[in-house]
Amino acid sequence: MKVFRLSQTELDSMVQGWSQNRRVYRPAAGRQQSAQADCAPGWERVAGSSPLTVATGPSKTSVKTFLFPQPETMQTYTLKSSDPDKGLLKEPEKTTGKQIIVGLRPCDARSVKLNNLPFREDPFYQASLARTVMVGFTCNTMCATCFCDQMGGSPMGTEGLDIAISQVDGTMIAEVLTPAGEELIADLSLTPAEDSDINALAERRKDCPQADSAKLDALKSRDLNKLYGAPVWQALGESCINCGACTFNCPTCYCFDVQDEVVRGQGRRIRYWDSCMFPLYSLHTTGHNPRGQKMQRTRNRFMHKLKYFPDRYGPFSCVGCGRCVQDCPVNIDIREVIHDLLAVE
Amino acid sequence: MISYLPYPVRINEIKVETEDGNLKTFKLVFENEAQRKAWKHVPGQFAMLSLAGQGEIPIGIASSPTEEGHLLFTVNRAGKVTTALHQMHTGERMGVRGPLGNGFPIDTDMKGKNIVIIAGGFAVTTLRATLIYLMEHRQDYGKITFIYGARTPGMLLYQDELQEWAKRDDVDLHITVDREAPGWDGLVGFVPTIAGQVAPSPGNSVALICGPPIMIKFTMPPLEKIGWTDDQVYLSLENRMKCGEGVCCHCNVGPTLVCKDGPVFTRTQVKKLPVEY
Repeated sequence: MKVFRLSQTELDSMVQGWSQNRRVYRPAAGRQQSAQADCAPGWERVAGSSPLTVATGPSKTSVKTFLFPQPETMQTYTLKSSDPDKGLLKEPEKTTGKQIIVGLRPCDARSVKLNNLPFREDPFYQASLARTVMVGFTCNTMCATCFCDQMGGSPMGTEGLDIAISQVDGTMIAEVLTPAGEELIADLSLTPAEDSDINALAERRKDCPQADSAKLDALKSRDLNKLYGAPVWQALGESCINCGACTFNCPTCYCFDVQDEVVRGQGRRIRYWDSCMFPLYSLHTTGHNPRGQKMQRTRNRFMHKLKYFPDRYGPFSCVGCGRCVQDCPVNIDIREVIHDLLAVE
Repeated sequence: MISYLPYPVRINEIKVETEDGNLKTFKLVFENEAQRKAWKHVPGQFAMLSLAGQGEIPIGIASSPTEEGHLLFTVNRAGKVTTALHQMHTGERMGVRGPLGNGFPIDTDMKGKNIVIIAGGFAVTTLRATLIYLMEHRQDYGKITFIYGARTPGMLLYQDELQEWAKRDDVDLHITVDREAPGWDGLVGFVPTIAGQVAPSPGNSVALICGPPIMIKFTMPPLEKIGWTDDQVYLSLENRMKCGEGVCCHCNVGPTLVCKDGPVFTRTQVKKLPVEY
């Protein structure tokens, strides 16, 4: 691993250099997205040389929009009778060229890794992953809603990142972690970090809050049906309004719906973010709905994150970014849900 | 890597199965010879039927892998895609994506055992595939009992085949309808009742049960009474599906994904799950 010392000017010119011939995106600077954003809300394409600073905490919307965009075209077709290919589904044109995401936080970087578990055989996710380079900023401050440390991450974490940039005692230090990261800096003459920088970084990392992972991991070995039948769901289900804000803003919610869209005889089959908060999600054509009650849907979301996903893939499907806590209109807090579930005997 | 791209197929034949016209069997042939050859399924698996402009639906494969060259799907007209499919004509193009899911354990748990197949209503489709497969590999299995019930004689699927199978002496066939009907001289009574009367003892046996939940519920007590255990009973679950490949999450029953881990489960497995199907 190579480690460099950066000044703000060096960082800015480095990012500007990348943006000359590649798509570079950063969390949107203001609340209003600029007209030239060229990407999903909450992010904007880097153009010009404005200094790159990122607000404390995770970006307003998560990085999943770049790996699992919506809508995403799965197939295209024509329905024109004159066309011999009428009704024939075809692979869409592939999106090419690297996209560089700058300024994402360690929680979001880790979410890309977690989503790769269910998506490891998904051709669209894998194609996006292969052309994405992530340059993250580690966190010196944890927000009131942040709990990455409890979910197995760290504010200074590098998991999933190609380059991690940290501010340690007024010095900016860049760790180049992967070949994709090295490729980004290949032509640049950067100042190698001093031993003292590297030691300071290691110290900072050691001082990071670290949760007792055994405590939370206890959830994984709890009996599924006991957690499922826990009294906590009734009260939670009553306050939840099933708006789905938590699921859309969640970096590790990854379920999708598939629909056909036809405009003037030209069609495409698209997938887009769905939410298990919605009754249509599980509705059978017969009218039967296995999760017809609001409470059942609320329960499904938390059980999926904290029990079903770990049962299937190992880790929790949560990085502790706290967006669901920030965005919930009825103040449901997943940390309280975890607390209540841990109390289930 | 998963491919979400359906294989192009043509509708070769459409047969109206039931007196209400709501069930039709579609015989599909592959447009691409290499894809036809590559297709391998086991009874109990399903596939996504794909209509450009309408969407995709998961439907059990009604043909046995031994019926080469085409696929059969018997489809109930119920929603958007099935309604559009019912309006299609012979010769038209559609798509098939699959085979998906696990299927019945024809090469493992079922091998060398007596097989009891219990079907209610139009859930019989994948069991038709199974029965034909078993008959083609007759020496690999013990006694075969096939119990199938519908509301009326006119609602029985595959009526010509039922008559053919009845002539065979290596399959014990019991076809029943819910109540007396003009011209019907066969069994009368609900599937659970008939199953209780004709089901063999559970020694070295496996049962495959597909039908409405209420039928499955009432079929179990008579079987249990004569000693059947949950490990010997295979059920096929249904849930709303989108991807069919265990990614999109729609069909989850607790941590289990019906499309990927199922649709076939033993009753023991089903009992461990939350009742979200």
